Amino acid sequence: MNENKIRVLVGKPGLDGHDQGAKVVVRALMDAGFEVIYTGLRKTPREIAEAASNENVDVIGLSSMAGSHIPFCQKLKPLLKEYDLEDKLWIIGGNVPKKDHEALQEIGIDAVFPTGSNFEDIIDYIKNRYRQLA
Amino acid sequence: MTEKKIINESGIEVKELYTADDVEASGGTDMVGLPGQYPFTRGIHREMYRKRPWTMRQYTGFANAKDTNERFHYLIDNGQTGLNVAFDLPTQTGLDTDDPRAEGEVGRVGMAVDTLRDFEIAFDGIDLEKITVSLTINGSAAILIAMYLAMAEKRGYDVAKLRGTAQNDILKEFIGRGTWIFPVEPSIKLVGDTIEYCAKYAPKYSPVSVCGYHIRESGATPEQEMAYAFCIAKAYADDMLKRGLHIDEFAGRLSYNFNIFGNIFEQVAKFRAGRGLWAKIIKEDYGAENPKSMWLRMIAAGGGGGLTIEQPENNIVRGAYYALISALSGTQTMALCCYDEAYTIPSEYAQRISLRTMQMLIEEMGLCETVDPLAGSYYVETMTNEMRKKMEQTMAEVEAEGGIVKMVSEGSIQAKVSAQAYEMQKNIQSGAFPKVGVNCYQTEEEEKEVEFHDYNIHDAEQQIENLNAVKAERDQAEVDRTLTQVKRDAEAGNNVMPAIVDAVKAYATVGEITKKLVEVYGMYQEPIRF
Repeated sequence: MNENKIRVLVGKPGLDGHDQGAKVVVRALMDAGFEVIYTGLRKTPREIAEAASNENVDVIGLSSMAGSHIPFCQKLKPLLKEYDLEDKLWIIGGNVPKKDHEALQEIGIDAVFPTGSNFEDIIDYIKNRYRQLA
Repeated sequence: MTEKKIINESGIEVKELYTADDVEASGGTDMVGLPGQYPFTRGIHREMYRKRPWTMRQYTGFANAKDTNERFHYLIDNGQTGLNVAFDLPTQTGLDTDDPRAEGEVGRVGMAVDTLRDFEIAFDGIDLEKITVSLTINGSAAILIAMYLAMAEKRGYDVAKLRGTAQNDILKEFIGRGTWIFPVEPSIKLVGDTIEYCAKYAPKYSPVSVCGYHIRESGATPEQEMAYAFCIAKAYADDMLKRGLHIDEFAGRLSYNFNIFGNIFEQVAKFRAGRGLWAKIIKEDYGAENPKSMWLRMIAAGGGGGLTIEQPENNIVRGAYYALISALSGTQTMALCCYDEAYTIPSEYAQRISLRTMQMLIEEMGLCETVDPLAGSYYVETMTNEMRKKMEQTMAEVEAEGGIVKMVSEGSIQAKVSAQAYEMQKNIQSGAFPKVGVNCYQTEEEEKEVEFHDYNIHDAEQQIENLNAVKAERDQAEVDRTLTQVKRDAEAGNNVMPAIVDAVKAYATVGEITKKLVEVYGMYQEPIRF
């Protein structure tokens, strides 16, 4: 395995089962050369934090389509601290309306990629931020 | 100069011009026939919409039973002729409102249901003989079907005459949509239990609506949408035959749910081809004798996958074309995703526009005046033949790979459609697959102000209070007794429906009944494959 590969967790938080978008992003990130770990559906905040910690990822990406992104991220935030993941890049994509972006940024999310975002934008963002953090 | 070939999404080349020769070369007109007659390519009824227009059934449900009941009445007052109930994710995944995993999700994407009491409130004042109800429920469908039947019985309806539909297609949930609970095999067994139970006690009720719809949303092509749905329906039918039922005892109550977006003629051909192919399968492969068993009854719904978050008003126009396709395709029931649905749970206003769209086709545009108006078009008949061949080929490929159940269990079909979704997304991003307002004809504009459906945390708190009130009132000994029976029947491999019906009548909760079944069946573990 390439030691230098950026490791990305793509997680499906909560009970929402719409995974087409998450899986498509997984494939795009894999094609871009990232090491991608996909959690599968219906993960609790603790399961996401645990997976991110166990897999030693650089980026935690969440895909939310059914509207519960704010309460989920609120619950995930203290767990990121508990698992010593606060320095990881934290991004979210999916059906996330603009009116929620500010609230998410206040919680600590680094970037929001709503429905319709280009793969390139997501990939470039991760690469640039990773370079800055490294 | 060679001209660029035009290939539709299903992989069929579209020619510049079609003539009678193309119809002949593609297989002729043997499968066309007449509406109301085998092979039903032109429609399952002789008179189709002249006798009765399609049922209009917008997908609706949010917060709690009381709020949802009010929206149901609003839609019925506006001329809607059926109901299609949306449930929240805790209900869909077998969790009660007070389960920690339900926190933040109660009443969010549909109505919260814990006990029979919620059904009593949701359908209060609705005439269940006039308005047929479709329950969009899968993982916990056995429980919610039991609740619907119990609610109707309590209201004095004869369950033996009760009409209605449950989605209850668990195999497609493993491919797309994702509200599974139990592993694949016991999940199919549960679907079988509902079909068997309804065949006996509620023979007018449609316990399963096999969904190509969500498979298409997950990345399948139009022909795969139909082919995979048929493979799934066959898996349920095979389970019934193993139980000793004859095909004519249940096939007439199987129905379908299909998607509409994309090329108009490809869609119309898809439905016409699908009707003929399904009739042929049920007659020739399963030996059905009753023509009703061979009917492909369907809801053809204007699909969310075609709508865009960009320039949302354009979705009103897309919806109108989808409704037109649906009408030209001879559907029994129609629903349209609303223009604001890429953002939010549809507003009353958006729901009304969708409803009016369908009503315009009925009242103003002449869509109900003659049956299968596109029949005889060289293009449509050729494409119908080509689509049917494609579907047969895809079904044969599934068989060659060990069947749909095996492919779903291994995750290979999920990987296949998801790879296709990725290719499609790349094509949209590159502009190779044009999408108006997305990759061409974009306008610089602020995110549109759509009326957002407000999620109200107090609704969830209220729902927990209601649940506690029901729990305080119910006969706990009866609840315990019926739940124990559910578990016993599951362990013994009996049909669990009679025990579930008893449990819901005792006001056992969705979560309590699911827990008993999980103790026996276990939980599904998702195969992760790319």
